[in-house]
Amino acid sequence: MRYLPLTEAERAAMRAAIGVASIDDLFIDVPQAARLDRPLPLPGHRSELEVERILSALAAKNLPAGRAACFLGGGFYRHHIPAALDQLLLRGEFLTSYTPYQPEVSQGTLQALFEFQSQVALITGMEVANASLYDGATATAEAVLMAGRITKRPKIVLSGGLHPHFAKVAATQARYVGLAIEARAPDPTGGENLLGAIDAKTACVVVQNPSVFGAISDLRPLAKACQAAGALLVVVVTEPLALGLIESPGAMGADIVVAEGTSLGVGLNFGGPGLGLFATREKYVRQMPGRLVGETVDVEGQRGWVLTLSTREQHIRREKATSNICTNSGLCALAFSMHLTFLGEAGFVGLAELNHARAVATAERLAAIPGVTVLTDGFFNEFAIRLAKPAHQVVERLAAKGILAGVPGSRLWPAHPELADLLLVAATETVEPADIDALANGLAEALR
Amino acid sequence: MSDTITGNRALLIEEPLIFEQDSPGRSGIDLPAFQPAAQRLNGLRRQGPIGLPGLSEPQVVRHYTRLSQKNFGIDTGFYPLGSCTMKHNPRLGEKMARLAGFGDLHPLQPASTVQGALELIDSLAGWLKDLTGLPAVAMSPAAGAHGELCGLMTIRAAHEAKGNPRQIVLVPESAHGTNPATAALCGYQVVAVPANARGRVDLAALEAKLDGKVAAFMLTNPNTCGLFEDQILEIAKAVHQVGAYFYCDGANFNALVGRVRMADLGIDCMHINLHKTFATPHGGGGPGAGPTVLSAALAPFAPVPFVVHGPNGFELVEEAGQGPAKQSLGRLKGFHGQFGVFVRALAYILSMGSDGLRQASSDAVLNANYLLARLKDVLSLSFEGPCMHEVLFDDRFLRDTGVTTLDVAKALIDEGFHPMTMYFPLVVHGALLMEPTETESKDGLDRFIAVVRALAARAKAGDQAFFHAAPHHTPRRRLDETQAARAPVLRWRKAD
Repeated sequence: MRYLPLTEAERAAMRAAIGVASIDDLFIDVPQAARLDRPLPLPGHRSELEVERILSALAAKNLPAGRAACFLGGGFYRHHIPAALDQLLLRGEFLTSYTPYQPEVSQGTLQALFEFQSQVALITGMEVANASLYDGATATAEAVLMAGRITKRPKIVLSGGLHPHFAKVAATQARYVGLAIEARAPDPTGGENLLGAIDAKTACVVVQNPSVFGAISDLRPLAKACQAAGALLVVVVTEPLALGLIESPGAMGADIVVAEGTSLGVGLNFGGPGLGLFATREKYVRQMPGRLVGETVDVEGQRGWVLTLSTREQHIRREKATSNICTNSGLCALAFSMHLTFLGEAGFVGLAELNHARAVATAERLAAIPGVTVLTDGFFNEFAIRLAKPAHQVVERLAAKGILAGVPGSRLWPAHPELADLLLVAATETVEPADIDALANGLAEALR
Repeated sequence: MSDTITGNRALLIEEPLIFEQDSPGRSGIDLPAFQPAAQRLNGLRRQGPIGLPGLSEPQVVRHYTRLSQKNFGIDTGFYPLGSCTMKHNPRLGEKMARLAGFGDLHPLQPASTVQGALELIDSLAGWLKDLTGLPAVAMSPAAGAHGELCGLMTIRAAHEAKGNPRQIVLVPESAHGTNPATAALCGYQVVAVPANARGRVDLAALEAKLDGKVAAFMLTNPNTCGLFEDQILEIAKAVHQVGAYFYCDGANFNALVGRVRMADLGIDCMHINLHKTFATPHGGGGPGAGPTVLSAALAPFAPVPFVVHGPNGFELVEEAGQGPAKQSLGRLKGFHGQFGVFVRALAYILSMGSDGLRQASSDAVLNANYLLARLKDVLSLSFEGPCMHEVLFDDRFLRDTGVTTLDVAKALIDEGFHPMTMYFPLVVHGALLMEPTETESKDGLDRFIAVVRALAARAKAGDQAFFHAAPHHTPRRRLDETQAARAPVLRWRKAD
């Protein structure tokens, strides 16, 4: 077995050094009744070649998004990843290291995470960011819990424009810590008004921008209302590339910004691993969940980095910790940071412009099709349309032709039949003019 | 200070922050030519620059290559970090996860276009159920602590279905910090259970705390002292007698795979760290995955989503409150779990097979006991063996030397080893917890043993100054953690 270095002779020598005759003698503390005396009746070990064949056969049963005209968004966005990025990410010193608890042998990871925190703070317009959480949905839940801790108030208002997975994860996690969730119904027409929901019991209002329907909103009135009422404004972003083009949540008055970061550097991977971004104001940093990297000096006075403020964390504070999180999304954070470093300011803004141009072109083209109504007015790279037929039927039909037309309303809101004719359409830089033609022709035909 | 002009030391090159290499307008990426659109941004175009630095591709490649050279990974050398199972990460998993048919799948594609992906999840789930003997598994938790949350929420939902969520979760003093932190998130009061003189749960003390208020007992087995809880059947019986559930923290499952099924120990629920036991890379802090196996009594409350076999092949149940998810506790994570990690874990499991997995846990336990046997005369063994996959020493051997566990850890770094876990578990003083894993060779262990023996002798000989100054040969010497926490600098800022 190629991953196991010990030979039989070495095993025997080691048993002799230990003073046992058989490996079983090392398992004597296991109750006799629970010991398996032979391998379970499952398939035995295989060569690399055989495993590659099995898994490649499974992979071949799927339709990769890159082999289709792909207009899927809904929280995950397909972007081109620089070739050099993956090569760097595979360096064993990054890939096979643990959480950087020993800073002297982890300066690479620590410096990269410090840069990541800085980049996240810059694009969100916030003062500080942590070193990542699992994904955007769990980061939203953590933001809600944090708002409860800071304000000591019970009411959480969730916008109907929040991704339903994020809303549901927040509701699950808030259930047992004395928080009451007030979730607004999804409204793709943009008519939602949250100002009236804010009162003296409100811990926070959670709003997504661009919304799950793609709509971009001016959050300043909401921020002002939250501030006046002593509530926090939590802004959720599922497409961080949008921040290259639209006003940052921080500039509009957010107190906490969370995001799904996979859109940069990480890739689709059928939705996981995710990457949770989490940023806030400096004054709340001690209520923040997750790891933080800070700058310091070594005994020779040279600049270096360490994990810091760990008295917030479970391994020190146990049941009084700000979160139970331990393992986070370190390598995904590194990939995100690398992608932003490759892009730089010019590339980030340019790529955002390109995405917007593709989406505008797509929206204009689709608006001309009979049976299609574009619902979202101001948007970045995703918008909602209403179809004259149930969207999931149209999606299935187009998928058979190699067109991934978008996310049907019934997929994200199965309990809302009024959204069954809704389709979320995203267009990134990976969409070519020919793909837009294919989608437009396919939709026209399906709706005929 | 440095004895070179640049501060560089041959292959170890000083590397500034990306922000210190900025040239405005420069980029490492060329975009295809395009016509910018008439903007439809609702008038909310960003005002002013962001402040991201501009670097070209060669600069970015050098930057991260140099940073990587300041890191220690399993690929670099022996990494006996107790409780973390730092075993070899096979590259086959990386290759498989990058197949377009896995890596380039969008989570919201129609089920008809992702049958192979759903089959992969179902297949991995099957292995996890078979290896633990438990009938169900929730696949979506993102890591160990998230699996704990999944398990305890499932337990709470099961109690609530019987009309009483109960109030208390019992946790041993030696537990990982995530256990009490998770119990608190589920609204439970945490009560600690002491250990006995043999490093195991004090059964009498546990029984004294068990009553109808207790929702669950959370136990790591093998425990964090590296010992198998030899009274586990009695513990399970006592826990079940008061109607509580038995949660197992599966961080140490690597000792038992293929040799013991958790169901046969009376466990109701256990998370499995795929990034430990099943060899997926830890990536400098994640991503991991924490699928959580469940007993038949807990299975109906499992979170969504999950994969089922339907008339048209595999289907995803994504919505709680209906059909097979009628009693589901709801959703704990966006989308469908850590799929990319699943691919790597299944590649490993298929490679090892039933026989290989059993051999791996046997070798892991053999390696740890070899360290125990060869080091117990110079270090201080906390509890008599045999141990399981890791061995716990404490700092009695350093008494009156002026050298601490931390000093020994830093001295090991100079010798080319990653330190063992230090100061955990909390039940012994100055803990040194060593987990060699099965992927370390005997030669590698012998070199480590020789070094530890020499360091122990040096400490006992009174060479305090050497230890206090260690590490000597790292890119940075000991770092001032107090200053970092007192005046936190958590991001780069442009100088005024």
